[in-house]
Amino acid sequence: MLGGSPFNPASTLAQPITHLFLVLGFVMVAILLLVTVLVLYASFRFRQRPGASQPEQNFGRTGLEIAWTVAPFLLLVYIFTVTVHTLHGADPEVSADRQPDVVIVGHQWWWEARYASSHVVASNEIHIPVGKLLLVRLESADVIHDWWVPQLGRKMDAVPGHPNHFWLEADAPGTYLGTCAEYCGAEHAWMRIRVIAQSEADFESWSEHQLEIPAQPDTGEAAQGAQLFQQLTCADCHTISGTSATANIGPNLTHLAERQTLATGRLENTPANLAQWLSDPQAVKPDVHMPNFEMTTDQVHDLTAYLETLR
Amino acid sequence: MSDTPYIPGAADLSIAPDIEARSGLLSWVASVDHKRIGIMYLLSSLFFFGVGGIEALLMRIQLARPNNNFLSPAAFNQIFTMHGTTMIFLVAMPVLTGMANYLVPLMIGAKDMAFPRLNALSLWLLVFGGLLLYFSFFAGGAPAVGWFSYAPLSEIPYSPTTGVDYYALSLVVLGIASIVAAINLIVTIAKFRAPGLTIRRLPLFVWMVLVTQVMILLALPALNASLAMLLIDRLMHGNFFVPVAGGSALLWQHFFWAFGHPEVYIVVLPAFGMISEVIPVFSGKVIYGYEFVAASTVAIAVLSYLVWAHHMFAVGLGHPVDLMFAMGSMLIAVPTGVKIFNWIATMWGGSIRFTASMLFAVGFLLMFTIGGLSGVSFAAFPIDWQVTDTYYLVAHIHYVLFGGTIFAVFAGLYYWFPKISGRMLSETLGKWHFWLMLIGFNMTFFDQHFLGLMGMTRRTFTYPDLPGWAALNMISSIGAGVMGLAVAVFLWNIAASLLRGEIAGDNPWNAWTLEWATSSPPPPDNFKRLPPIRSRRPLWDLAHPENPDWTHGH
Repeated sequence: MLGGSPFNPASTLAQPITHLFLVLGFVMVAILLLVTVLVLYASFRFRQRPGASQPEQNFGRTGLEIAWTVAPFLLLVYIFTVTVHTLHGADPEVSADRQPDVVIVGHQWWWEARYASSHVVASNEIHIPVGKLLLVRLESADVIHDWWVPQLGRKMDAVPGHPNHFWLEADAPGTYLGTCAEYCGAEHAWMRIRVIAQSEADFESWSEHQLEIPAQPDTGEAAQGAQLFQQLTCADCHTISGTSATANIGPNLTHLAERQTLATGRLENTPANLAQWLSDPQAVKPDVHMPNFEMTTDQVHDLTAYLETLR
Repeated sequence: MSDTPYIPGAADLSIAPDIEARSGLLSWVASVDHKRIGIMYLLSSLFFFGVGGIEALLMRIQLARPNNNFLSPAAFNQIFTMHGTTMIFLVAMPVLTGMANYLVPLMIGAKDMAFPRLNALSLWLLVFGGLLLYFSFFAGGAPAVGWFSYAPLSEIPYSPTTGVDYYALSLVVLGIASIVAAINLIVTIAKFRAPGLTIRRLPLFVWMVLVTQVMILLALPALNASLAMLLIDRLMHGNFFVPVAGGSALLWQHFFWAFGHPEVYIVVLPAFGMISEVIPVFSGKVIYGYEFVAASTVAIAVLSYLVWAHHMFAVGLGHPVDLMFAMGSMLIAVPTGVKIFNWIATMWGGSIRFTASMLFAVGFLLMFTIGGLSGVSFAAFPIDWQVTDTYYLVAHIHYVLFGGTIFAVFAGLYYWFPKISGRMLSETLGKWHFWLMLIGFNMTFFDQHFLGLMGMTRRTFTYPDLPGWAALNMISSIGAGVMGLAVAVFLWNIAASLLRGEIAGDNPWNAWTLEWATSSPPPPDNFKRLPPIRSRRPLWDLAHPENPDWTHGH
């Protein structure tokens, strides 16, 4: 159940926050227990009994008031100190000349990732090398979104006109789930994130592979699908490297068939699900910006065949 | 007769005195009597509490199972927006203003509010504002942007229907209603106190209402100004909050929370006031540390203007700014803790009567403490970076606003209902109401802390079937049903009491403040005569001539 929880940190950036939360959690539980015990004790010990006399009228004592003002204050000074101490590890300062390693852009409702040095462009599934602190520049193409992968550390808002920077690091290879955390319109629920952490070598070969242009099919259904992709309006919104489709309204589809999910986490990436999505995106993800093109079954079939070749 | 203080108020407060004496619909609609206006405030907020509650139940049905299709995303998003907006602006604020309206003149020994006609204006503006908000459903769709309506999602390109326009117009109207009511209450408390009732002798409920009204006066204009800017953006192609045209999305957040955080205390402080009346009476003891409870209220009010950016720790304001707002937010815990400890100290050594009212007050103490403590975890802002905008936050705000404000309002309603109606509520039904509410509330919201910590974000119309999520959400939804049942018991209790409840008499609880010195319900001009006011508890002094408070210097 701890799966994607901040209490299961998998990053040197998430670890200090977990630690702070445990310290504070201990203090919170202790105070809650104290108050609960006092309230329940008073409730039982001082409940009205038959024939009880008028209780003594106690107007208060200044010493006690000072005590329960100062004690919580000192406790808060301690918590504040621990908080300050956490900042350095959880959210290290960014020096002015440090260039971002990845630019991540939030869109309604998908994520775009552009890798600075390799020029790889990925969508929704963001690959990172294990054990390296990457600097991310976070932007938004429309409304406010929020990047949140609990096991890897802090949230950060993607605010249009106000680019933010944060660090991204994973200690171990694996897939880390996250999601957009700032309400961003109709399909906010299906703006999920997958961070795929790989060993340095695997990451390098992934990067190289991303830059390869998938072979364009020249015969059969897939070739017809390729033609449909350019003829219908698909190319107005999507990019497929090596073709004339270069738009950036929807996710880059160059290596679509290799992704784990479709529609930003809505569906598992299988040919059947892809066909379902193409035949009526609005039924799968209502109000998504991709309209229902009312394609024939054959067209859906051909397009699916083509998109499945994009590896 | 030198001991019978003069009752403050204009010679003839009513526009049409015969109206107040009559019954029937017109006598209510045309009334300028603070008691009738107070009751209509309470009925309006009860109505909207029902509407907002049904919205909550619809959401919990949708969220009971993963990948559920009970509601479309568009419907869910409208409903969660309306739920939040309704509960804040049409329930929490008017129920507290309604209680203040009914009780403040009685508690300070006045005939009515300072400006009776202005009082009617604020009530009917509230009703109009509420209808305006809900008319959006018939005008192309309710707003679907959340109750704080972040730009640029709230701008025309992303919210093209009129929902946000109705939201903004309605909130402007409600804001004017609140400001008008605040001016009225401030003047009433400042100028219409019975002779002898000095500021230092004011009942704590009145004290906290006074502080709250000053806060409303300072905070609501900020909201109305930003709503006007939003309307200019939407209707006149302005660009205040449109980043692509040079506006700023963050500006809206600063403006909104400059109102929005004081707002949190605006809907909590009067609840603190009710608790400060209920706990002493049912403990048989004077409030412990009156001066400290009052002064901590002022401290909270001042600090509440210095903490707004703690709603913005995730927007990237930088560590120095975050640290400053974290400091302010943590400091607020100190005066809040002072209150909790004083209430416990009031119970300590008392002779506690566990009426339904007192049960809700004790429930409040524990539930609000949970909400207050989780609040501190947001102020330690690296934790906020993890838990903000998750169900942990949903749990937190409901522990503060429901476990806090609404539990306190129930305590207050059970306490003052006999004064308002002249009849007692059933204690048996009241206890059923309390226990069902306590269990349902914790079933609904306690597990939401864990959902948030497992990665579930708020405002999602559905969620993937990740380990543990389905079970916790189902428990939460069942809890919401139990809360619905508790509210049904409450409504049944009110109906049964109005029909055949036991006659209350002037002072059924042996309470000490002036509202209990008149008949239940009070006559149109409130008091035939007032007891001498020589301390904070004039009726205690009358009942205990051997040990009056004024001999202790209070």
